[in-house]
Amino acid sequence: MLMYVVRRLLQAIPVFLGTTFLIYFMVFSMPGDPILALFGEKTPNPAVLEAVRAQYHLDQPFFMQYLHYLQNLLTGNMGTTFSGQEVSDVLARAFPVTLKLVLMAVVIEFILAVVIGLISGLRKGGIIDNTNLVVALVLSSVPPFVALFLAQYFIGIKLGWAPVTVGANTTWSAMFLPALVIALTIYVTGMRLMRGSVIEAQSADYVRTALAKGLTRRRIIPVHVARNSLIPVITNTAASFGALIAGTTVTEGIFNIPGVGKVLFDAIVRGETVTVVSIVTILTILYIIVNILVDLLYAVLDPRIRYV
Amino acid sequence: MTEENTVQTLPTGAKPADANAPLVEVKDLEVTFTTSSGDVHAVRGVSFDIHAGETVAIVGESGSGKSTTATALIKLLAGNGRISGGQILVEGKDITHYGERQMASVRGGTIGYVPQDPMSNLNPVWNIGFQVREAIRANGVASGKKDIEAKAIEVLHQAGLGDAERRLKQFPHQFSGGMRQRVLIGIGLGADPKLLIADEPTSALDVTVQKVILDHLETLTREKNTAMLFITHDLGLAAERASKVIVMSQGKIVEAGPSLELLQHPRHPYTKQLIAAAPSLASRRIHSSVGEHLVDGVKGPDLLNLAEKHDDTEAAAEAKPVVVSVKDLRKTYMIRRGSFRSDPLHAVDGVSFDIHKGTTLALVGESGSGKSTAARLVLGLEKPTEGQITVGGVEMADASGKALFDLRRRMQVVFQDPYASLDPQRSIGAIIAEPLKVHKVGDRKSRDARVHELLDQVALPSAMADRYPNELSGGQRQRVAIARALALKPDVVVLDEAVSALDVLVQAQILQLLADLQEELDLTYLFITHDLAVVRVVADVVAVMEKGKIVETGGTDEIFERPQEQYTQRLLDAIPGAGIEFGS
Repeated sequence: MLMYVVRRLLQAIPVFLGTTFLIYFMVFSMPGDPILALFGEKTPNPAVLEAVRAQYHLDQPFFMQYLHYLQNLLTGNMGTTFSGQEVSDVLARAFPVTLKLVLMAVVIEFILAVVIGLISGLRKGGIIDNTNLVVALVLSSVPPFVALFLAQYFIGIKLGWAPVTVGANTTWSAMFLPALVIALTIYVTGMRLMRGSVIEAQSADYVRTALAKGLTRRRIIPVHVARNSLIPVITNTAASFGALIAGTTVTEGIFNIPGVGKVLFDAIVRGETVTVVSIVTILTILYIIVNILVDLLYAVLDPRIRYV
Repeated sequence: MTEENTVQTLPTGAKPADANAPLVEVKDLEVTFTTSSGDVHAVRGVSFDIHAGETVAIVGESGSGKSTTATALIKLLAGNGRISGGQILVEGKDITHYGERQMASVRGGTIGYVPQDPMSNLNPVWNIGFQVREAIRANGVASGKKDIEAKAIEVLHQAGLGDAERRLKQFPHQFSGGMRQRVLIGIGLGADPKLLIADEPTSALDVTVQKVILDHLETLTREKNTAMLFITHDLGLAAERASKVIVMSQGKIVEAGPSLELLQHPRHPYTKQLIAAAPSLASRRIHSSVGEHLVDGVKGPDLLNLAEKHDDTEAAAEAKPVVVSVKDLRKTYMIRRGSFRSDPLHAVDGVSFDIHKGTTLALVGESGSGKSTAARLVLGLEKPTEGQITVGGVEMADASGKALFDLRRRMQVVFQDPYASLDPQRSIGAIIAEPLKVHKVGDRKSRDARVHELLDQVALPSAMADRYPNELSGGQRQRVAIARALALKPDVVVLDEAVSALDVLVQAQILQLLADLQEELDLTYLFITHDLAVVRVVADVVAVMEKGKIVETGGTDEIFERPQEQYTQRLLDAIPGAGIEFGS
């Protein structure tokens, strides 16, 4: 088990280097001069321009810039933004907000997927099941940003049940609505996985054997049907946790949530290579760790799986 | 309803002295399955009794309704099935109208159940202890954590798991098939039920394991005076283990009575057919049936009355040229044991044999003995670690590219499962013609002609060429697989458990077909099987494999009548019904 974790972490190194290099290269190749853009309409003094360029190592060739960045990263220095803030400080403020949002979304998604999937699977072909499948089809065909705008307009503005934007007030309750919307847009996959494995488990031989032992359905459904069906749903949810953290840009933009996605978006617009690459680096590391955890979780849930 | 469906229920001498009323009375039971193509009446008016302490066997082919009858007794029919008529009286009470809750109290406590496949009947995510304890708790046999734990260990001990205490925390995947079946037997008998239903409890197990498990089941049920309903397709097994046998066909009981009497003096033609078709130790080598007689109008081998021309064929075989020669064959796999360590597994460990032209060599052994690996090596599907394989004078290791491709033409294979080995998307004609196409034999027209010739050889109508595998029965499919194997006029046909998945009547027909084809085309067979009774009727020479090695080789009669090795003797002893003489 330990060997497996070590091996996976070692495998993560080339992934990490490759990703940061690619991102750095792409941001570097973006058109426009970020330093010039900083001065807006004014024509800056060429000496000042040179000084600023040197400050951000922008006068050096691309590869040197990248190495410089890596060196800083390994020493814990993520550089400064154009407005003079430490990138690490900015991220320290933004990450907890995004984590909170995503955690809430994932918990809601999981509960919905398990409960609705179980009911639907147990009563396959019934009214609940059919209604659910139609609703799921609608939910999965609405693009997330449309769903977010609709929720913001109807629930936030028309009904006034939830704050329209989050802003600085990043409490659990303020972020409930965007979290719910994210959960709804991704819950369909989990629900279908749950429903499918519940249907399969019900006709499994071990369920028939459990009945033959004299167990009641009340015991068999949680212990033998739901427990076995949870495995794919849990791993799916855990995997989407990683994807969501990296994908909150739209949600945070619409609801004005000061999380990673918003910081990332603003940095891209400003052409702030250092900030963009830092965020993507952290997201990459997070994504890799979450995926290792998902694989380990699988072994915990299913005793047949052992990593060596 | 004919007279045959109402069964004379009390076998003479088998009735226990203390029970006047039967434990279970099944009266005119009807079971219907609702399918998209209409209702299927799987069980049609079945009646029988089971008395306390009595062992009853239901015998029949797949689709006869025997398993459906058994599952109906505890109302565990598949979702689309229902009891559509009749009564099931358990201790005098009709359970056909019982709801879930009432059935839960009957199941486990009054009627225990041991399923067929030990691999799929334990929940993989819970440990063994958990699954035994929950059965004990549900039936109220013990209460309190400690008592339940103690009872669980006791139950597993009784089922033959000596080290139960240590293994309670282990998961099903850490148990072998035989061990799992012991756990399932432990669970089935855990609450001391009055009747135990055993639905083909050993058909997924090796023959030696099968015998141990059945012996154990018999001892346990005798000690506890548990009645047993035994579902099996194996007549020998039924005769050996049950006091009463019920023969079912197409949802009806065709004959029932005390087991020995029924098997030695069958009255119904179907029973007679079944008995005639069952290969047993008393059987003889099948020879070409051309000019031989028919059994009850059905063309099939009369295994019991075959001419004794066997002895001279053996001597004649020696004189024929060697077609396949295997010398010192080894195949070693590396099995990973950790990140850096791996242990060698000698799947085939120094095997040598020769097969003479026109004869059959049977490679016999239990699962894991290396017999199938040996077959794959001979077919050139895997490369041996060491050793030589010579087919028709060509050394396989020397052949590569074109030469190997040509060598493959001379060797063809028929696999075990006719449902998996034919592509469902292609017509029968296309399936049979495929090897011809691959090897660029003839043109379209001549290939069509060859397909029809082959269909004729395997006794299928020409019109079959345009049909698809799903329209065919298991036996017909296996005939198609044989036709495909013969398409290239091979010298050698490898039959890898080629009849193991077939019902006994169909099996007998396919074996006869193979014998006819061998004689007609002078084919050489390498017959891989775990079933010694089949070996007796097909093989000229038998090689017994154990743990990758051939432990004994000899003429079929020699091996069966005078086995030298203990392992061979054990295999022979384990064949169900070995000592029973069947009638006809």
